[in-house]
Amino acid sequence: MEEILKIDKIEKYYGNKSNLTKAIDDISFSVNKGEFVAIMGASGSGKTTLLNCISTIDKVTSGHIYVAGDDITKLKGNELNRFRREELGFIFQDFNLLDTLTGYENIALALSIQNVPVKLMDKKIEDIASRLNIKHVLKKYPYQMSGGEKQRVASARAIITNPKLVLADEPTGALDSKSSRMLLESFNYLNTELKTTILMVTHDAFSASYASRVIFIKDGKIYNELVRADKSRKEFFDEIIDVVTILGGDLNDAL
Amino acid sequence: MLFKLSLKNIKKSFKDYAIYFFTLILGVAIFYVFNAIGSQTVLLNVTSSTREIIDLMVNMLSGVSVFVSFILGFLIIYASRFLMKRRNKEFGIYLTLGMSKGKISKILLLETFIIGIISLVIGLVVGVGASQLMSVLVANSFEADLTQFTFVFSSSAMIKTIIYFGIMYLLVMIFNVINVGRCKLIDLIYANKKNEEVKMKNPIVCILVFIISACALGYAYYLVTAGVETLVDTTDIFIPIILGCVSTFFIFWSLSGLILKIVMSFKNLYYKGLNSFVLRQISSKVNTMVFSMTVICLMLFVTICVFSSSLSIKNSMTANLVELAPVDVELSKTRNISEDYAYQTGYSEVLRQDSYRGIEESLKSVDFDVNDYFEDITTVYTYASNDFTFEDTLGSALELVKSQYPIYTYHAPEEVMTISDYNKVARLYGNTEYTLADDEYMIIADFENSIEMRNVALKTHPSITVFGVTLNPKYDECQDGFVRISNNHINTGIIVVPDYVVSETYLESEILLANYKADTDQGKQAIEDTLIAVGNHPNSGNISMSASTKISIYEASVGLGAMVTFIGLYLGIIFLISSAAILALKELSESTDNKERYAMLRKIGTDEAMINRALFKQIAIFFSVPLILAIIHSVFGIEFCRYILMTFGDEEMTRSITMTAVFLIIIYGGYFLITYYCSKNIIKDK
Repeated sequence: MEEILKIDKIEKYYGNKSNLTKAIDDISFSVNKGEFVAIMGASGSGKTTLLNCISTIDKVTSGHIYVAGDDITKLKGNELNRFRREELGFIFQDFNLLDTLTGYENIALALSIQNVPVKLMDKKIEDIASRLNIKHVLKKYPYQMSGGEKQRVASARAIITNPKLVLADEPTGALDSKSSRMLLESFNYLNTELKTTILMVTHDAFSASYASRVIFIKDGKIYNELVRADKSRKEFFDEIIDVVTILGGDLNDAL
Repeated sequence: MLFKLSLKNIKKSFKDYAIYFFTLILGVAIFYVFNAIGSQTVLLNVTSSTREIIDLMVNMLSGVSVFVSFILGFLIIYASRFLMKRRNKEFGIYLTLGMSKGKISKILLLETFIIGIISLVIGLVVGVGASQLMSVLVANSFEADLTQFTFVFSSSAMIKTIIYFGIMYLLVMIFNVINVGRCKLIDLIYANKKNEEVKMKNPIVCILVFIISACALGYAYYLVTAGVETLVDTTDIFIPIILGCVSTFFIFWSLSGLILKIVMSFKNLYYKGLNSFVLRQISSKVNTMVFSMTVICLMLFVTICVFSSSLSIKNSMTANLVELAPVDVELSKTRNISEDYAYQTGYSEVLRQDSYRGIEESLKSVDFDVNDYFEDITTVYTYASNDFTFEDTLGSALELVKSQYPIYTYHAPEEVMTISDYNKVARLYGNTEYTLADDEYMIIADFENSIEMRNVALKTHPSITVFGVTLNPKYDECQDGFVRISNNHINTGIIVVPDYVVSETYLESEILLANYKADTDQGKQAIEDTLIAVGNHPNSGNISMSASTKISIYEASVGLGAMVTFIGLYLGIIFLISSAAILALKELSESTDNKERYAMLRKIGTDEAMINRALFKQIAIFFSVPLILAIIHSVFGIEFCRYILMTFGDEEMTRSITMTAVFLIIIYGGYFLITYYCSKNIIKDK
């Protein structure tokens, strides 16, 4: 299996010497091509910091992060932007769609900043829109869409550039349960049919149960890891709940 | 505690305030500089006639200052309300914490007070500095020697500035208090969460509105240029003005809907880089900015016209002098006044008697011998009769000319001169001399409008009857020339006829042209003073004549030119900074609102350079759209000014337009750059 993401002993400290917070305390793991990995943890466990470091929005204090073999902690300036643009796709909790643009234009923007010729855009967008079932909202503005539709448009924008890795930060956080389910089904589809590699941060056990592997983080360290293998989603969900119960803390709220 | 909060607020929102602050300082400084001109000119060594013009100018400047203070007042109130709106959430937090509205008002009062004091102090310091430079310009404009540089501080201008701006700040405070009193907590807290609705206008309606307003604008342009003769009454000028204002508004209104549609149809352009983002940003704003865009466009238009016209008046006035005042003095005297005429117009018998004496003779009675002081003396006569009027020179073209130029006095008697008299003047001035056959006449004129009217008639070769003699035109158009000295082309037409046509009966006036018998400027000035002193001679009440001299014409035009320039500069700069400041404030607040959007662009991996380019494009379009329409307006506006003022040649125009462009680029461009750099800072990643 090809290794897409390799995290090698990273640490992230905040604050100064007298008051040091270790947001990430020596984490190592790797993600293979075509995997759908969920990272779970309570508020303050360091999961968002981890995602920010992988997405190069934040910098690690020590350690290395390799994406497709390249050490991204060494990137600077516009190399970072190029990396984000070409290798990564983002899905955020609050959608982060541009409210002045239509659904179509929001998706097209990801392509146009890569200077993709207009001729190719139409076909690509049509294609991804029909797969994610958002063809009917392409002409609408974000304020005319439901939360689920917005998030699927955001997903379309994230994967339209064929990124090596899609990072999702609490993608179901602002959605109702029905929309969440639809979005997660879409993720599943992207993962199984289009072989998209997805790394999702969540504190919702239900969301996590859609993943093929779940990594639990507590106080900046990896606490546990579950692999779905051939289990049904229901069985996997129960397993996750077991770990969450032991983990305690805020995660209980997520049930 | 409140004071601390106010100070912190100012510091915190300095990014928003910077442009506001900058504009206030500029406003204060300019206000001081132009009001201090009065004190500066006191020290200048100028003649009494120039002094009169300077006094007039100082009075006019202080009048204009009232108007300027209104504009600045509106700008300040607008800007402060605008900045207030941006802080709704902050006020909401104060209110939820239990602070009373009274206290919030107090915070605002304090803030306005602090900003007011600081801007006044800095503005006055800048103003005092700048007015030292101004004094050089003032001395230069009035052609006075600035023998020694003196530091001038005008306390009256300072007090005036403080009072005027004090009132403005007071008004701002009142407005703010009213505003705070009116707002509701719920609106304040959710102020930022307003729904962004993107309203698309119906493109067909847009196109229709655009076409209609473009036509209306075209008609307004036509009215002030080619069709300017159809504006008969003074109130008619309001038609193109109102048409222009309304159609400017609707052009912006329809453009806001159209531009997006048009660019969207060019997919390659629309989906290139961040173009779609930039265009959407603009069209979402233009909807709400149509009105202010209109105001800004019109202000820029007025600025450009006022600037370029006032500068070119100064230039052309001075340039015309050499050509149009070739001799030092022109004395003229109405001759042979009849008893009837004297009775009608109230001429005294003494003066009526005097009108039968020649100029030389009259002057001798006040002990002024022209031969002692003048050389190159040339005396010529003009003739006129009530039976020979402008109407009578037009022949069969009368109706045609009347229909084209309805507002003109057609019953005024024409001025007639003999060919030999005219040639004497032409020889003295170095102009073309002419010959006429016994049955020929010609018309000499240099006032453009009259030439146009007369040429319409001359094309039809009208025969005229002058003092009982019928003559045919030698030329089918007016010939260029003049007799009286002036600073402008004002010869509306002299009918030149063969010598035998005239007789003493028709004698109207005598004109004496001469140069002073002196080689130096001082010598000439001495003769000029002697001539003016004639007015104090005991017998001066018994003679009547008028005099124009090169020196007085020169001083008047220099003074007038300088006056117009200063008032033009004053108004132009104020208008320019006001419009630029409004745009800048709007753009800056937009950038603050759009911080999130830019952050998002960064997250999906947009290059910094690409983002900056998008920002630049956006601001550049916002600054240039009203400017472009204003420039188009100005092309016709300046043409109209030229028609009204009828003074300037093309060369002068190029110079003054260049000057205007330089001013525009420095001030407007300066605001644009400041806005761009501040915006870049605002959207920057921390």
